[in-house]
Amino acid sequence: MLFTTKDLSFAHPGQALLKFPDIQLNSSEALLVLGKSGSGKTTLLNLLAGLLQPLSGSVVLDEIAINQLRGSGLDLFRGKNIGIVFQKPHLLAPLSVKENLEMAHFFAKTSGQAIQPLLEELGIGSKINASVRTLSEGEAQRVSIARALANSPKLILADEPTSSLDDQNTEKVIGLLKSQSQKIGAALIIVTHDQRVKNHIPNFIEVKAS
Amino acid sequence: MNVFKLSWKYLTFKPLSTGLNLLLLALGLAIITVLLLIQNQVEKKMTQDAEGIDLVVGAKGSPLQIILSAVYHIDFPTGNIPMKEAMRLNQSRLVKSTIPLALGDNYQGYRVVGTNHDYLALHQVNYQEGIAWEKPFEVVLGATVARKSGLKVGDSFTGSHGISEGSHDHEAHDFKVVGVLEPKGTVVDRLVMTSLESVWLTHDEEENTELVEESDAEHQAKFHSPVAKTGFPKTEIDRDVTALLVQYRSPMAAVQLPRMINSATSMQAASPTFEMSRLFELLGVGVSLLQGLAFVLIAISGLGIFIALYNSLKERKYDLAILRAIGASGLQLLMMVFLEGIILTTLGAIFGIILGHSFLALLVFQNDQGVAASLQPWVFLKQELWIVVYALLVGIAASLIPAWTAYQTSIAKQLTKA
Repeated sequence: MLFTTKDLSFAHPGQALLKFPDIQLNSSEALLVLGKSGSGKTTLLNLLAGLLQPLSGSVVLDEIAINQLRGSGLDLFRGKNIGIVFQKPHLLAPLSVKENLEMAHFFAKTSGQAIQPLLEELGIGSKINASVRTLSEGEAQRVSIARALANSPKLILADEPTSSLDDQNTEKVIGLLKSQSQKIGAALIIVTHDQRVKNHIPNFIEVKAS
Repeated sequence: MNVFKLSWKYLTFKPLSTGLNLLLLALGLAIITVLLLIQNQVEKKMTQDAEGIDLVVGAKGSPLQIILSAVYHIDFPTGNIPMKEAMRLNQSRLVKSTIPLALGDNYQGYRVVGTNHDYLALHQVNYQEGIAWEKPFEVVLGATVARKSGLKVGDSFTGSHGISEGSHDHEAHDFKVVGVLEPKGTVVDRLVMTSLESVWLTHDEEENTELVEESDAEHQAKFHSPVAKTGFPKTEIDRDVTALLVQYRSPMAAVQLPRMINSATSMQAASPTFEMSRLFELLGVGVSLLQGLAFVLIAISGLGIFIALYNSLKERKYDLAILRAIGASGLQLLMMVFLEGIILTTLGAIFGIILGHSFLALLVFQNDQGVAASLQPWVFLKQELWIVVYALLVGIAASLIPAWTAYQTSIAKQLTKA
């Protein structure tokens, strides 16, 4: 198994305990995390990425327990091995498309994937030197996918990546996430309540607020 | 890509706010640089110019004016003193040596100083060309005068009456250049030096034009006989000098001589050291005011940098979270914010120092006959390094809180807020 979680739980201050179903994924496998708003989907994603520390349980990626890493060691591990696609692209506005991707290389201390071919594959090769402020919503989301892929991570996490996209772009984005994660052999986890995504990825778990 | 480049990108992303802070800081530092340069050089020059002069004796009037006119050649003289009295003073046992000065003429605003060869020796001059004067109307030019006027050895020119430009010319007799001095960086650079006799004869001619025509022989004797090279020239009539530069024989003289002169003669004694320290004390108020203004400017720019960083961090919290998500450590973000402050203030310091020097250069350029003329605008002082250090401290202080905020940013919270 490439990625497993066990008995994960988390409690936001002053709120009820959240318990999450276990996850087991092999490389190139995809999984949807479904649930209503406020059910703790995003909290689960944060736990998986090591952005939050779980109350109990473990998160293991490639035989390394993420929940036991701390400080800059955790940051570096995340930069190298986990690619995150957020609900909104959130690119760094002062930088160009290429520089945004180079930042990922720099902070993870790897040379990762070559930027030009990666952008070509995502259909935005011509935008490599463009300022991110000139991109459309769909293009920006694809750049943020490229940023998540830049270091060839072992795990790709996507948080509602399609919520602000139209049907056509949604189709494209899900397709790209699937094909790219399979290409680099990464496990893919998409957190969503978007019905359109379910048609593409059959495998899912559901998070329920208890 | 690295943290430095990232900081730079964020700085240049907001050119107006960055530019304003840079300008404020640079202005504050420029004022400090100018003050530093002027203070350092003026004080050095003032002591240099007054070296070897213990006391200046002139006509009754303001002692400060006597010093400024006779030593630094910037103010107007208080009047003339009878040479007889000056000669009597020369014989006092308290006095080691004296140098007489006769002022009253100028050439294109550069003062003509009638004196003897002792004055040249006092200022330890070297010749670029030519020799000292031997006869009336022969002059030696200071380096600046020669450069600006283009006069060389062998050339002649007409002096003008009065010690500043714009009065009527002495057309009766031209001065002849016999020597040009090397640049010394002292007051002699902007003087035209000649014998006492030259100054007297110039004015005699003016006054006597309608009187008896002199015979050729008399004229010859007067105008072409060698002049006194040291001490006072011999004259048949009573002559005046403008001031007398005195060197004491013993420290005792410093106590007795000024009192004696001021009470027992019609002359006024003034000590360069005393008058200059009095002048600096008076100017000190203005200098401290400017210094205060400079520090206020720097403090404001520090505050400006702080507010700019703090505000931009608020807008950038999501960016910071993203950077953390792609592998940046909290320490790297701390560095990024500090670097922004440091880059900004270092640039401000460099810009400020250049601005300060340029401002001084402009001052020197616009004012080529006053004291400012001999300032060196492109001399760099060690103290300027302190300006850079000071600016860096401002930068670090201003980015302290924003950097800490960046360090503490919780990624999960930021990303969940969306």
